[in-house]
Amino acid sequence: MNLLSVRGVSKRFGGLKAVEDVSFDVSQGAIKGLIGPNGAGKTTLFNLITGFLRPDRGSIVFNGADVQGLAPHQIAARGMVRTFQQIRLFPKMTALENIMVGCHLHSRGGFLAGLLNLPFTWKEERRIRERAWETLEFLGCSGLADEEATRLAYGQQRVVELGRAIACKPRILLLDEPAAGLNIRETAEVGTLIGRIRDRGVTVLLVEHDMSLIMDISDEIVVLNYGQKIAEDAPLAIQRDGEVIRVYLGEGDA
Amino acid sequence: MRGRYLPVAAFAGLIVAIQMATHFTGSGYHLTQLTMSAYYSLLAIGLCLLVGYAGQISIGHAGFFAIGGYITALLTTHDLSSHQGLALGWLAKVGVLSSRTGLYGGHLLTLHPWTACLVAIVATVGVAYAIGGPVLKLKGHYLAMATLGFGTIVYRIVLGSALVGGADGLSEVPPFVLLPGLEVSSQASLRVQNYYLAWGLVIGGMMLLLNLIHSRTGRALSAIHGAEDAADAMGIPTARYKLNTFVLSAAYAGLAGVLLTHFNGGIGPSEASIMKSVRYVAIVAIGGMANLWGALLMSLLLNYLSLRGYFGTYDDAVFGGILILIMLFAPEGLLRRQLFGELRNLFSRNVAEEAP
Repeated sequence: MNLLSVRGVSKRFGGLKAVEDVSFDVSQGAIKGLIGPNGAGKTTLFNLITGFLRPDRGSIVFNGADVQGLAPHQIAARGMVRTFQQIRLFPKMTALENIMVGCHLHSRGGFLAGLLNLPFTWKEERRIRERAWETLEFLGCSGLADEEATRLAYGQQRVVELGRAIACKPRILLLDEPAAGLNIRETAEVGTLIGRIRDRGVTVLLVEHDMSLIMDISDEIVVLNYGQKIAEDAPLAIQRDGEVIRVYLGEGDA
Repeated sequence: MRGRYLPVAAFAGLIVAIQMATHFTGSGYHLTQLTMSAYYSLLAIGLCLLVGYAGQISIGHAGFFAIGGYITALLTTHDLSSHQGLALGWLAKVGVLSSRTGLYGGHLLTLHPWTACLVAIVATVGVAYAIGGPVLKLKGHYLAMATLGFGTIVYRIVLGSALVGGADGLSEVPPFVLLPGLEVSSQASLRVQNYYLAWGLVIGGMMLLLNLIHSRTGRALSAIHGAEDAADAMGIPTARYKLNTFVLSAAYAGLAGVLLTHFNGGIGPSEASIMKSVRYVAIVAIGGMANLWGALLMSLLLNYLSLRGYFGTYDDAVFGGILILIMLFAPEGLLRRQLFGELRNLFSRNVAEEAP
C-alpha cells in the first residue's frame, strides 16, 4: 500500500524549473531515499510535500487524501513530519523541552487551560514529560535531557532533532540530510537509528548526500537531476544505472 | 509548581512592605503614583508575553490601552437621559445603566462602569483580532512598522475626534464601583484600598501568565519564537498561536486602560501616543524580554519614577535612551540571574589581576 504518492509535481521559481513533473510513491513501512546533485530540487520537493511551498502543478496524496494546499501544521497533524537540512532546534530550551514540543500534536491544553492551570493539564504535562523521557531513552541520550539543546555537540543536536520528530508519532518521517556534517561513526549511528525508527512502523523518506548511508538503509531510491526524476529503483540497480553514473561522475567516466 | 508561586508570594510581600513604608514615613501620597504604576504594569506583563515569549514585537500597545480607556470614558460620561424610552428604563432596572448627579448638579444617566468595561474589553479584543490577523503575517521590522502604524492611527483619531474631546480628552469619568465598598477611584480616603486592589489585580494577571508560560501553550510560544518553521513542522498552528497571544496582550492593555481611566477620572490623547508604546517596549526590554518578573519590577520602578516626575521634561527621552542603551549593551535585559554571576566574575577577575 502506498502511504505517500507524489504525482506530476512541478514548481518554478521565475525562470528556474526547480521541480518538474516528478512522480513517485512511498509504500507503507519502507525507507525511500532521494538523491541527486546539489540544486537537483530535493529540498524544494520536501518543501512541496510538507506544505512549506505550494506546487504549481501536480498533487500530493498522503494516506489516501489529497494534502496539497494544507498548511504545514495541518499536514504534520495528519502524521507527516519533517526535519530540516539546517538543524532547527528551539534555542533557550533544553533537549527534553525540545522533545516535549514534539508531543504537541498528541496533547490538547490550549490558551484557556494554560492560563487557568486546569487540573487536566497537570496529568497531560506529566504524560508529555514521560513520553519525552521515553524518547530520549530510545535515542540513548537521557543524559542530555537538561542540556540547552542548541549548545549540544552537532551530532547530538541531530539526534535530538530526530527525537523531536518521532515524538510527534508520525506515520511518515521526511529527513532532510540527517547525516550532514556528521563524522563516519555518527553517520553510522544515525543510519542504525533510522532503521530502528522504521522498525517501530514509521515510513521514512530521506534526502542524503552520504552514499554509503543511503545505499545501506534504503529499500528504494529516487534520483533527481535538474528538477527531473531520472531514475527510481533498488539501491543496487541505481548504482549500475548508466544515467545516474553519468550525472554523478560526469560524461567521460561513464 | 510550588517554585512558580514562591516569587508571587515574595512580590506580594514587597507590595505590602512598600505600603507599610509609606504608612510609617507618612508619605501615603506616593501610593497614588504606585497605583497608576500598577495599571501600567498590567499592560507591561501582557506585552512581555507577546514580545519576550512569542517573539512578536508591538509598538502599538498604547493604542489598545487608549481604546479601552476611551471607550469606558465615553460610555460612562455620555448622558443618555435625553433618549427617554422604554428600553432605557428597563436597562436601568437591570443595572446596565447608572444615574448620578453631574459636576454641575444636573442629572446624568450613563452606562454603568461594569457595562462600559465589558464593552471596552470586547471592543479592544475585536480590534486586536482585526489588526492582528493581517499584521502578524509580517516579521521583525515589518511587524514593528505595522503596529507603529496602528498606534499612530489610534492616536490621530482620538486627537482629532470632537466626540472624545480632541486634545482635551475626556474627564469627569466616574469611579468604577466593582462591588459595594470596593471602587476604583483616586479619592484620598480610598488610597490604600486602591493600591492593594490594583496590585492585587496585577498579581492575579501575573499568575495567569506564569501558568501560561509553563504550559503546553507556553512551550509552543517559545518554539515559535525560536524557530517558527520547525514549530510549524511539529504541528503547531503558528498563525493562530501568535494571534491569540496578540489578542491576550491587547486585552491586558485594554483592561489597564479601563481601570486607569476610572482611577484618574479621565483620559487624554497622550495615553495613545507613540512615545507611550515605545516606553512599554523599553520596560519589557530592560526587564529582559522573556522575563515576566523583570518586566513587572522594571515597570513598577520606572513608571513610579516617571509619574513622580523624577525624569522631568526628559521623561520620554529617558525611555528612548533606555531602549538604545539596552539594545546596545544588555540585549538580554538588566534583571537576569546570570548577571549576578557575571558581576562576581568581574570583581574576582579584577582582584586576580591585581594580586600578582
